Amino acid sequence: MATKDLRDRSGDAPDIALETRALSVYYGESAAVNDISLTIPRNRVVAFIGPSGCGKSTFLRCFNRMNDLIPAARVEGEVLFRGTNLYAHDVDAVEVRRRIGMVFQKPNPFPKTIYENIAFGLRINGFQGKLDEQVEHSLRSAALWDEVKDRLQESALELSGGQQQRLCIARALAIEPEILLMDEPASALDPIATGKIEDLIRDLREDYTIVIVTHNMQQAARVSDYTAFLYLGELIEYGDTDRLFTNPREERTEQYITGRFG
Amino acid sequence: MTPLDLGHRASRRWGERLIALLLFGCGIISVLTTVGIVVVLVTESAGFFREIPIAEFLTGTRWSPMYSEQHFGILPLLNGTLLIAAGSMLIALPVGLTSAIYLSEYASPKVRAAIKPILEILAGIPTVVYGYFALTFITPLLRTAFPGTGIFNAASGAIVVGIMIIPMIASLSEDALNAVPLSLREAAYGLGATQFEVSTRVVVPAALSGIVASFILAISRAIGETMAVTLAAGATPKMTLNFLESIQTMTAYIVQVSLGETPHGTLEYRTIFAVGLVLFFITLAMNLLGQQFTRRFREVYE
Ligand SMILES: Nc1ncnc2c1ncn2[C@@H]1O[C@H](COP(=O)(O)OP(=O)(O)O)[C@@H](O)[C@H]1O
Ligand SMILES: [Mg+2]
Repeated sequence: MATKDLRDRSGDAPDIALETRALSVYYGESAAVNDISLTIPRNRVVAFIGPSGCGKSTFLRCFNRMNDLIPAARVEGEVLFRGTNLYAHDVDAVEVRRRIGMVFQKPNPFPKTIYENIAFGLRINGFQGKLDEQVEHSLRSAALWDEVKDRLQESALELSGGQQQRLCIARALAIEPEILLMDEPASALDPIATGKIEDLIRDLREDYTIVIVTHNMQQAARVSDYTAFLYLGELIEYGDTDRLFTNPREERTEQYITGRFG
Repeated sequence: MTPLDLGHRASRRWGERLIALLLFGCGIISVLTTVGIVVVLVTESAGFFREIPIAEFLTGTRWSPMYSEQHFGILPLLNGTLLIAAGSMLIALPVGLTSAIYLSEYASPKVRAAIKPILEILAGIPTVVYGYFALTFITPLLRTAFPGTGIFNAASGAIVVGIMIIPMIASLSEDALNAVPLSLREAAYGLGATQFEVSTRVVVPAALSGIVASFILAISRAIGETMAVTLAAGATPKMTLNFLESIQTMTAYIVQVSLGETPHGTLEYRTIFAVGLVLFFITLAMNLLGQQFTRRFREVYE
């Protein structure tokens, strides 16, 4: 069976990066994500907010089929990327993850050198160009180059937490995905490192579509164009970030952003 | 208000002390036993080395303490031991590591739950059983495949020791692979790695020191193995690299002399302590090396 070519742009809607249709995820019997339909516009930053356990991570992991790795997880509905349902039977999850990159909550560099951390994704993807140049380019894109250019052969585990997380971003960028998924990328970092990551997200918006999960509302307000508020697996409200934070339409959104629960 | 019952506390403290003392005693016993073994090895060997120069012992290529023309060069025994160790590792390393990768990365939890206990049972089978397995099954097969192979041959011994230590490598390496955090696997999957790439390029390298430690422990087990090798490989100290010939390992020699009628206190009898001392140093070195690797492996994830 031929796998779907995800580079085929024929089904493209020009300004939509991703779209979910009636998407639900179950762990066993209970739904962690319940019937969510939304669109992610291209070259924008979309934030998912909501109290802990409301299904933000589970929802995000549908976009690159990371939930495939959890045997108990079952996905229903569709995720459309370039007109293709990522959950169609002829789509290869490995190929999906090459197009849609991910950065995790806790920095998780490989116990290899800084250089090899970046080169890893290039090597397994059969990168044809100049490895050194792409490594440098990726590290520059993640605003890390100046800090590590003299120590590329040192272990990535020697970097600070914030540097490790930017290395993980560089690693994801190296294989030139179109979309970057970030699951609370700054939650394990101090305020200064967090600020650097947020600056970086604003810069990356030029070239990528970014979906970021955060439980930090100020962060969502600072970095995102659109915000989705999830609660108990449901999409409660989704819209322009400034509007959602200043003038929420739903009562539960207002309660959440004014800190009355969660 | 009841007054504080200090006497009660004191007696409890005495109980604690007694237990601590008992445990300390048990610890001391095992330490003393080890010290005793080393002392016996060293003093008896000293008697041996008063008559045979160490240089001759360590570099001589003939070993025939029981013959009228006596030679005391340990190299043939070392040769036999290394032949068995190398041959068995040739089999056990790839099979053991592959099994470990399968169990840790590919097997469903059900399969893993079924196989892990089997590995432990295999590791617990008395080695003499493996010896007879070699003699009655592996050797005839070898003799059919390579006519002219002796009844006793190094290949049969190496193969059976290899089979014996597969469970050990598989089990210890699997522990090491399992200890690699899920987050590293997710990082690799997130970059579009296949399961095979995740296993071989991320998980195995991350667990490498633990895997190497399991190899080293297995080698020292292969070197120390006695019964199976004695039964399968025979008792012919020889400088050879031919696996189809009979050889003798250090441990097999020690058993041969211990069970034979060599009178205690003679030079011939003391040879086993000299050989034992060499064996002791080799396994000690292997275990220290293994621990070194294990320690490094722990440092990464704690
Ligand atoms: N691997 C899993 N197995 C079973 N339940 C899970 C698993 N991961 C998450 N859940 C459950 O799904 C719900 C949503 O979790 P998650 O997506 O991690 O929420 P969030 O990221 O918003 O904190 C929670 O109730 C959580 O307990
Ligand atoms: Mg989460």
